[in-house]
Amino acid sequence: MAETINTNSYKANLEVFSDTLQKLAATDRNIVAVTSDSRGSGKLVPFGNKYPAQIVEVGIAEQNLVGVAAGLASCNKKVFAVSPACFLTARALEQIKNDVAYSNNPVNLVGISAGVSYGALGSTHHSLHDFAALRAINNITIVAPADNFETEQAIISAAETNTPIYLRFGKKAMQSLEEMPSAKFEFGKGRVIRTGNDIAIIATGEAVYPALQAANKLKEEGVAATVVSMHTIKPLDTELLAKLATQCGAIVTVEEHSVYGGLGEACASYLLQHGFSKPFKIMGIPDEYTVTGSQQEIFDHYGISEKGISDTMIALLSK
Amino acid sequence: MSIEFIMTIKELKIQSIQYRKKILQYIVGANAGHTGGSLSCIDILNVLYNRVMNVSPENFGSQERDRYIQSKGHCVEALFVVLASKGFFPEEDLNTLCKYKSHYIGHPTKKVHGVEQNTGALGHGLPIAVGNAIAAKMDDKNFRVFTLLGDGELPEGSNWEAALSASHYKLDNLCAIIDKNSLQITAPTAVVMNSDPIDKKFESFGWAVRSINGNDMEELISAFESLPFEKGKPSVIIAHTTKGKGVSYMENQLKWHHGVPNKDEYALANQELDHALTQL
Repeated sequence: MAETINTNSYKANLEVFSDTLQKLAATDRNIVAVTSDSRGSGKLVPFGNKYPAQIVEVGIAEQNLVGVAAGLASCNKKVFAVSPACFLTARALEQIKNDVAYSNNPVNLVGISAGVSYGALGSTHHSLHDFAALRAINNITIVAPADNFETEQAIISAAETNTPIYLRFGKKAMQSLEEMPSAKFEFGKGRVIRTGNDIAIIATGEAVYPALQAANKLKEEGVAATVVSMHTIKPLDTELLAKLATQCGAIVTVEEHSVYGGLGEACASYLLQHGFSKPFKIMGIPDEYTVTGSQQEIFDHYGISEKGISDTMIALLSK
Repeated sequence: MSIEFIMTIKELKIQSIQYRKKILQYIVGANAGHTGGSLSCIDILNVLYNRVMNVSPENFGSQERDRYIQSKGHCVEALFVVLASKGFFPEEDLNTLCKYKSHYIGHPTKKVHGVEQNTGALGHGLPIAVGNAIAAKMDDKNFRVFTLLGDGELPEGSNWEAALSASHYKLDNLCAIIDKNSLQITAPTAVVMNSDPIDKKFESFGWAVRSINGNDMEELISAFESLPFEKGKPSVIIAHTTKGKGVSYMENQLKWHHGVPNKDEYALANQELDHALTQL
């Protein structure tokens, strides 16, 4: 594995993606980015300038983006197909299902500005369905890195993986979850950020940081919480989940996604079918016309915040 | 490819009739299949695999091989009988066509040796072919990419997204073939959704176009041997074909889109094809 380059930075994960891809491309001419007029929003302008022979622009045409990416991958290219998550995983879902997953062409699909990153632009630009849609498709790993460390490691791992992967990034600068990341990063293995046996918070992507804030706040009130960055939604780290359900008194899941079909329901499904019965709450975006505003305002509105998550934890523990 | 393995026109004509007999044999065995379209496109596949493309069981693992992606995946029976004849797998495997757990299902899958991509949903072949052709250019490789589309699948918008990108990237190593048999499951293609004039549409998208009789060996060979039609442009062959070609009662008849002949019909079809063999 390549040397870690951004252990303690506070960049948007997307920028880390771009930096990491450039470092990989410097020594591997098979690294190829495919964009759908998305190199600006994907922070890939420097990549394109530096490696013009390793970027393919398809214009605003997501179906073709994924089809072309599949064709490149089947000719041994290490492809990163980059497009806003809302379009990539809806407009091109059939291409993802057939050309990438079913045909096993090892494309790395990069959904940028995911969740409600484009909060004020409305539901056309939100992706609150992508985990649900992709979870039901065989042969694709689904990853939502939380901080710069996870992002960099995920990109390095994705370039080395010979099966399809979906990587989901937001836009905002992300806090490091640890001063010096101690956990080893591996797809399918949740990253335990802190431990405590009263309650476990299992979060993913940009929802992990507010989960950590909530846990830290409740620590002052004597509640000991485990916080996990479940960066890989599929395959889910069920071993860790079983351990948490055994050790902790209650479980809260938090995600920047519909409460239907995402991380929370994946955890609930496993727990219920394996005999674990603990107070359990799924936090995310409810099934309604999503409120608009900045990402932070939407998070606050739906309680994906220090206050919202800690209130939920208290309510769950008092049951 | 060495010259002794290239079939003559007469050999190709004989081969096409034999392919037609096998297509019907395995469709009857499976009691399922896309009969009319397999019969319309089989001459195209015959010329591609036996005269044009550099692909064989031996070189299938090589990055240098020519690629063939069957976008009209439903006519898989045509592809399977050709791949079997090329030695990709034993022909008797096709007795399991569409049977429980068989790899030989109703659309191409990579589980079958010789199949490049899993297809079946329409409008997917051309974008993947564009990706293959771009990869060849990136790596300065000489392989060519062929993809076969039905005229009925042209309303899929993804084809036109791919058509734009193919000319944008000057993919003269790419050849699309439209099996224009002019019929689809509901009605004539011109009635369901008229895509004519196909040649003008591709021309305006920056492709070099040639229209031929897609059931005529000489015309197919002449077109494929002229590739690329224009340097710096992708090529498209609009192959005017007859749906159900070679079996009189199936020709241009809608019901044979995925009709399976009964015992008497099958015997009659074989009789006609055997007779055609004696006329060569």
